[in-house]
Amino acid sequence: MPFVTTRDMKRSYDVIVVGSGAGGGQSAYTLCMDGVKVLMLEAGRRYTPAAETPMFQTPDQAPLGGEATPDKNFGWFDATVDGGWEVPGEPYLRAAADDPGTFKWWRARMLGGRTNHWGRISLRNGPYDFKPFTRDGLGFDWPIGYDDLHSYYDKVEMLVGVYGSNEGLENTPDSSPGCLLPPPAPLVSDHLVRQRAKRLGIPVVPGHRAVLTQPLDHRRIPALLHPGNPTAQRILARDMSERAACVWATPCGRGCTLRANYQSTTVHLPPALATGNLDIKTDAMVYEVTLGSNGRANGVGFVDRVTGRHEHVSARVVILAASAAETARILLNSRPAGFPDGLANSSGKVGRYLMDTVGADLSGQIPLLESLPPLNEDAADGHQLYVPWWLYKEQHAGKLGFARGYHIEFGGGKRMPDAGTAAGLEWLTGGSYGAKFKEDVRRYYGSFVGFDGRGEMIPNEHSYCEVDPSVRDKWGIPVLRFHWKWSDHELRQAAHMQRTFADIIEAMGGRVQGKVHEDGARAIAPGGSIIHEVGGAIMGADPKTSVTDRWNQTWDVDNLIVADGGVFASNADKNPTLTIMALAWRASDRILERMRRREL
Amino acid sequence: MDRRTSIKWMFAAGAALPALSRGGASAAAAGTAGYGTDPRMTEPTHPGEFWPLTLTAAQRRLVAVLADIIIPADDHSPAASAVGVVDFIDEWVSAPYPDQQADRPIIIAGLTWLDAEARRRQGKDFAALAAAEQHAICDRIAYEPRAIEPLRDQARFFARFRDLAAGGFYCTPAGRKDLNYIGNVALARFEGPDPELLRSLGLI
Repeated sequence: MPFVTTRDMKRSYDVIVVGSGAGGGQSAYTLCMDGVKVLMLEAGRRYTPAAETPMFQTPDQAPLGGEATPDKNFGWFDATVDGGWEVPGEPYLRAAADDPGTFKWWRARMLGGRTNHWGRISLRNGPYDFKPFTRDGLGFDWPIGYDDLHSYYDKVEMLVGVYGSNEGLENTPDSSPGCLLPPPAPLVSDHLVRQRAKRLGIPVVPGHRAVLTQPLDHRRIPALLHPGNPTAQRILARDMSERAACVWATPCGRGCTLRANYQSTTVHLPPALATGNLDIKTDAMVYEVTLGSNGRANGVGFVDRVTGRHEHVSARVVILAASAAETARILLNSRPAGFPDGLANSSGKVGRYLMDTVGADLSGQIPLLESLPPLNEDAADGHQLYVPWWLYKEQHAGKLGFARGYHIEFGGGKRMPDAGTAAGLEWLTGGSYGAKFKEDVRRYYGSFVGFDGRGEMIPNEHSYCEVDPSVRDKWGIPVLRFHWKWSDHELRQAAHMQRTFADIIEAMGGRVQGKVHEDGARAIAPGGSIIHEVGGAIMGADPKTSVTDRWNQTWDVDNLIVADGGVFASNADKNPTLTIMALAWRASDRILERMRRREL
Repeated sequence: MDRRTSIKWMFAAGAALPALSRGGASAAAAGTAGYGTDPRMTEPTHPGEFWPLTLTAAQRRLVAVLADIIIPADDHSPAASAVGVVDFIDEWVSAPYPDQQADRPIIIAGLTWLDAEARRRQGKDFAALAAAEQHAICDRIAYEPRAIEPLRDQARFFARFRDLAAGGFYCTPAGRKDLNYIGNVALARFEGPDPELLRSLGLI
């Protein structure tokens, strides 16, 4: 049985993968498809999307209309279980809890982690994004370039299924032919945004999301992904044929029983399990990597949440993909003899250079969209179109006052009414009630368009995590303390976002809802709130200033690999998940190669 | 709209309410647990399932009257109280979570004021007033920017109550039908809006 307990776990594996999200899922998939025996350890519980996903449930079937609570931070129907900004019994600390520089840490304690609820937005980093220091003298270059990842982006897109289009835009790479699925049709509001933004010189193009707008080609793709490996091809072909295309309904954040979007639990893990090479142990809180006398990692220690006991399991290779901050925590808490500051930390950079995505938003009410006829606008659940960063030249010439770009996600339409649909309309209705209020709600329903900026944060010395010397979680594991600070680049960027959104809303003939903040500190979302935290084990060309090398391998321990966002040396405006997967695939290929060479 | 944004909007509606007097409205639900971090999402739930409803019978009657003043029956849909909005609001103000606990004294103080104001004017409870008399009271508090200073708190109550009543109403099948929502059904294809509509809006 591939889901194992501590008792029926093997004593030793080829590879241990810590974490079951995008990085862990991709690593386990790549290795198992090539015959490697893998144990995946997941801190949360087993989760079965086919049985647990509320696909067509409506808000009246949920407590409080499904609105967010401290138990379910993104609402009742969000796929996340046992997670959120706070996890009971597993605290973290903030050096300045009341400061605008505060950092909040989202975790999910479930198989598949955050991939079950994520936004599915899947953008490639471009060539500039790997060499930011070379370009503007800020932050760090990666030791790899876009060309090193291009083929892996192609492979990930073909495996998980990503819709989008090739537009030939600056620093916004095209995929190879045959990789992308066709983008979904735009909504009325999308057409309007595109038309009016264009008048401002702002490009609007199809978005990229890991949603199957048509079935994946299970006859063509497996041979491209696994040349010379008929077993892998057969397993993948069969699994792909069982994934349905999107039915244009029910929010992706709930997860998908049809497997029509990417979650590790519906895309990576089923074929990996079908190889017979993967064991999964859930409820395993990994807290340390152990070293053998040869200086190599020989396994991990974990607390079994079912028995409460401390356990150890061995392997030839250890991959950490527990999420950027959790991976840093494991490294810092691993203190074999001779490593008082934590494992793989001779540079002192473990936990350093944490980054999130810069977020700012604004919404507007658009008279042209009022009282439209009935429309089914569930579509692909948003992001039919988006705005890639477009001011590269102005920025590079120093005209913007901030060094890095952002993209714009936006959405409108007649989404399923919920407890917020008719809330806070007084600014439009003048406080109507009675029959007039019902008319007003009909009039304004579907006439809002919201804009979210997603921008690059430059790594800095003041944003990091460390292990607190005294506080422990309920498992006895020392907890993280976060430090956080934005630079003026991020704050100015956030203010620029809001000004741009207001310009677009006005160009649409709309009215801005709320205030447009000129002060970036008021425009910017708190650190961590976009849930794109990366860094903490950054890759570099120099072991003195980085934790991992160009293969995601720690400089200090050559069979210890970091396969989550921890290795990011910069955090481009592009959402990190696709890059995490591309890097994890590449890192696993490297492991396979080194195993063949008997180096591991 | 992504989930993050729509949640923020709902919060924003609540955040517009500064703390009102919390006196006289003890949080009956304090200490009750919520539904936890791992609830079963696939089965329908009902108000009272996770924490007890706490409004009195008299408060529930007044909630029904006011909710129906805000959302009366019309040609499109029934009145709020006919589709469970009283239970929704009772569930809301009885919930053990901070946002709902913050709403509770606002709602209860507002309901208490409505009856007091009705008695002051006409010597009877709000529910017993003629419709015109009820509207006369509501008109003074229906829009905070126009409310006189001594009635600002009451205006904030009315805004919050309207949001909750509408929240409960538009969540229901009747509310979705009222808004002509036709989604949440599996489609074989999604082709986008009718080009004729786009042309009429000048978008193609």
